[in-house]
Amino acid sequence: MTEKAYDDIPGTFVFDADRSREGYWLNQFCISLRLQKNRDAFKADPEEYLSRFAMTEDQKQAVRDRAWNRLLELGGNIYYTSKLAAFDGIVFQDLAAIMSHMSRDDYRKMMVDGGRSIEGNRYKSEWEKK
Amino acid sequence: MARITAGIACSHVPAIGVAMDQGITDQPYWQPVFKGFEFSRKWNEENKPDVVFLVYNDHCTAFDASVIPTFAIGCAAEFVPADEGFGPRPVPVVKGHQKLASHIAQSVILDEFDLTIMNEMEVDHGLTVPLSVMFGDRKPEDDWGTLVVPLAVNVVQYPAPTANRCYNLGKAIRRAIDSYPEDLNVHIYGTGGMSHQLQAERAGLINAEWDQNFMDELVNEPDKARKIDHVEFLRETGSEGIEMVMWLVMRGALDEQVTEVHRHYHVPASNTAVGHLILENHA
Repeated sequence: MTEKAYDDIPGTFVFDADRSREGYWLNQFCISLRLQKNRDAFKADPEEYLSRFAMTEDQKQAVRDRAWNRLLELGGNIYYTSKLAAFDGIVFQDLAAIMSHMSRDDYRKMMVDGGRSIEGNRYKSEWEKK
Repeated sequence: MARITAGIACSHVPAIGVAMDQGITDQPYWQPVFKGFEFSRKWNEENKPDVVFLVYNDHCTAFDASVIPTFAIGCAAEFVPADEGFGPRPVPVVKGHQKLASHIAQSVILDEFDLTIMNEMEVDHGLTVPLSVMFGDRKPEDDWGTLVVPLAVNVVQYPAPTANRCYNLGKAIRRAIDSYPEDLNVHIYGTGGMSHQLQAERAGLINAEWDQNFMDELVNEPDKARKIDHVEFLRETGSEGIEMVMWLVMRGALDEQVTEVHRHYHVPASNTAVGHLILENHA
């Protein structure tokens, strides 16, 4: 893949055409969980349900592991993967805490205190210095 | 003739809808968010629109990964609130203005903006939360008190349409509405934002200084705001902050000079900075 102007933003997967192509069936699996009948089917037999989607083995494993950042790395988009989280009963804010390696309470407090600062969070180079 | 009398910018954080649906808006966490909407509801009551032209984005609800229209206008008679994974929001069905919607579609397509036409579409929190903000609590058996023409904008898969493209589309929508013969009071909403990132290790990013500056520019110097590029949105306002391009559609449809009658900004609602503006046209 060629270098992209947004590749130097830290801790961020920009969901572009390349990721969309790679993550297509993963995202279609996730979005299918929007509907109750599909949630029921996934719950009844997760492996059988996963087999209905042409995902890679890595993607399926990331689903089994609920490896939320890995799912994004493999082409998942947050609006899709959040449906899988919702299936597990995880609310959006707690999902955000998990993805940024924080406890639920610490993350919530960070948000109430004004959110994650932009200072030091614009460029990957700023994270590498840490 | 139809005329656009006001533009409204409003975040559409799903948790705002949940707080209303659960009746917890007076809790300390939510109180400051909803305090800033009190003026808006009174203003809305006094300046009641016949139609709201509502610019929002679908969150992979009506459109999954198989179809990703950059701009899609809702021309259906009604739009049912969708099940987004927790059951549909308990709010009224959204009623369209089919004749106005198809007039706008025809007009802006001939004006060289190639919209996708949706004759059936479910709508998610992106559309219903701003209506709840402006129109207050409504039960499913009520009506919203306005007709709605929805315009869904892709901001999920990069690239979203540019800020400049959105601004110019707003101008084309203005021309379309100005040329509609029925006497209608139209409000235009630009929804989403402000700074927020919902994903990965930088989740929770907020940039209040940038947001406030953006609101200033949007109101007073839209020629600056429409030149903001995508990388700036992504870097400075978080990966989901790019939703703010939709505010430019609203701004483009207003007069060059507008009166800011209300501004509200609060951090946080869930993971997001809540921003809200009411802008009036002079004419």
